[in-house]
Amino acid sequence: MEVLFAAALGVLTFCGVYLILRARTFPVVLGLTLLSHAVNLFLFGMGRLTLEAPPVIGESSHQADPLPQALVLTAIVIGFAMTAFVVVLALRAAVELRSDHVDGVDPDEDWRP
Amino acid sequence: MNHLIILPVLIPLLAGAFLVVAFAVPLALQRLISLLSTALLVLIAWLLFERVMAGNHVLYTLGNWSPPFGILLVADRLSVLMLLITAVLAAFCALYAGRGDDSRGAHFHALLQFQLAGINGAFLTGDLFNLFVCFEILLIASYALLLHGGGIARCRASLHYVILNLVGSAMFIIGVGILYGVTGTLNMADLAVRVANAPAADLPLLTAASLLLLVVFGIKAALLPLLFWLPRAYTAASAPVAALFAIMTKVGVYAMLRVFSLIFGLETGLVGTIAWQWLWPLALATLALGGIGVLGAINLRNLTAYMVIVSVGTLLATLALGSRDALAAGLFYLIHSTLMTAAFFLLADLIARQRGEAADHMVIAAAMAHKRTLGVVYFVGAIALAGLPPFSGFVSKVWILQVAGGTDRQAWLWPLLLIAAFMILIALSRAGSKFFWRQSGEPPLRFRMDPARLGVVITMLLGSVVLSVAATPVMSLMLDTADAVLSPGAYVEAVEAAARQTGEER
Repeated sequence: MEVLFAAALGVLTFCGVYLILRARTFPVVLGLTLLSHAVNLFLFGMGRLTLEAPPVIGESSHQADPLPQALVLTAIVIGFAMTAFVVVLALRAAVELRSDHVDGVDPDEDWRP
Repeated sequence: MNHLIILPVLIPLLAGAFLVVAFAVPLALQRLISLLSTALLVLIAWLLFERVMAGNHVLYTLGNWSPPFGILLVADRLSVLMLLITAVLAAFCALYAGRGDDSRGAHFHALLQFQLAGINGAFLTGDLFNLFVCFEILLIASYALLLHGGGIARCRASLHYVILNLVGSAMFIIGVGILYGVTGTLNMADLAVRVANAPAADLPLLTAASLLLLVVFGIKAALLPLLFWLPRAYTAASAPVAALFAIMTKVGVYAMLRVFSLIFGLETGLVGTIAWQWLWPLALATLALGGIGVLGAINLRNLTAYMVIVSVGTLLATLALGSRDALAAGLFYLIHSTLMTAAFFLLADLIARQRGEAADHMVIAAAMAHKRTLGVVYFVGAIALAGLPPFSGFVSKVWILQVAGGTDRQAWLWPLLLIAAFMILIALSRAGSKFFWRQSGEPPLRFRMDPARLGVVITMLLGSVVLSVAATPVMSLMLDTADAVLSPGAYVEAVEAAARQTGEER
């Protein structure tokens, strides 16, 4: 299970970083989403990976750590809000700047303040 | 239990929530609520400041959960100092924005209040994950504030700012996750104890976490490789927003000081932490780049944005020295630079309003209607900003030079600091002569200046005078604060005492 988990984390992070380094806003937003998935999984994994262990004391012979689960929940909510914001911002930028480049202009044109 | 300490978070949060729900109320009432909230914040910050500076830490356990469980708020000298600066700055920004800038977009005051809730929360929290949450609150409010007023330049600047900070947030969670995985706690005092007693096998992971946190706080504070979002964002932001953002880089600096002195420096001391050793070269490079940027600025707001970078470089280089005197000098400079850069953003706006289409670009245009008044204010502000006598910039700069003197780092800090100051002087005089001395022959634009806006700027500049007149008592307060930063043991003890107390009450 650990190998699978680590591999999933690695692939998600790899794809996320690759997409964030693209120059168009849509791949960047996708990359940010993938990266935040990877980060949430990582945070979850920090409570140690256990099977058949509810995060409630007394329900079974051993328990999972409930704190990382609560933290992940918070991180997911925040990440969701941030993604929503960045999507709207990217749309607005695409309309106002007439370009979906992250710099607002294509690099061959010169930038004026 | 003393409920005073949670009010700096609660008041702006409630005021902001009310302003969002009641968005249909007239703008005048919104301004009144916003001003009342910030005025209350100044009062509460002052009460907390007096209490904490005189005695010890004030703690607040939310829901009466005994630490290290639950969320803990801790007010120590450093955090109440930051609270007070933020509250005063926010009051000025709310006043200035209330003269018309807030009507250029929706929800200005609500966003301002949420931003304040996030900033105050970040200063007060004693829990690392809570620090992350507060950072997110202040960031999402700042994203929307940056866009306030709309326009192409703001949109473009926002994209960089938002994307960079989202990546920063991801790194923050990774850092927090590693710390939790290794130590099993997120309470800062508890973390400090466990990191200090960590087995040698855990040290590489802990070092990795500390360096990740340095990157995260470096993005907020605008440390060299991570600062390229700042000039464009601060140049594009509307004047009161840019002035408020003057405290944002300082939130990053505060987080660095707090985390590295407490969590990673409990045993080795601040300078012993690996992250802190990176700070010195990076801060010097930031300072040098800021100085070059000031010379190349295209308009007055851009110039002020690079001034923010210079101030971050100076501040972090001073703090990186790590001695008690250096920390105190750095904190004094922090107060001065926050107030002065904020005042200069507002002053740039005042000048831009009178120059029509030329705005605050460094081009020759028709004379301003209130050339004399603005000229005098600009002259005084430039002296204060460049660090010439008799204002607080001079006092703080001399103090910084003094504490660096005699150490082996003097040879780096002195020339860089003095050359940067010289570049600032050149840039400010160049801008001043363009604005006030060289005019095209066209008749001046007719313009009625708003006395309240001018009053806010003059009052902020007077703050610099007050700071230099009252330098001795302020300096002794800063030395006390530096003592508190350098003795994280007292912080840990205060939290442990609170844990025992809540344990007994049960």
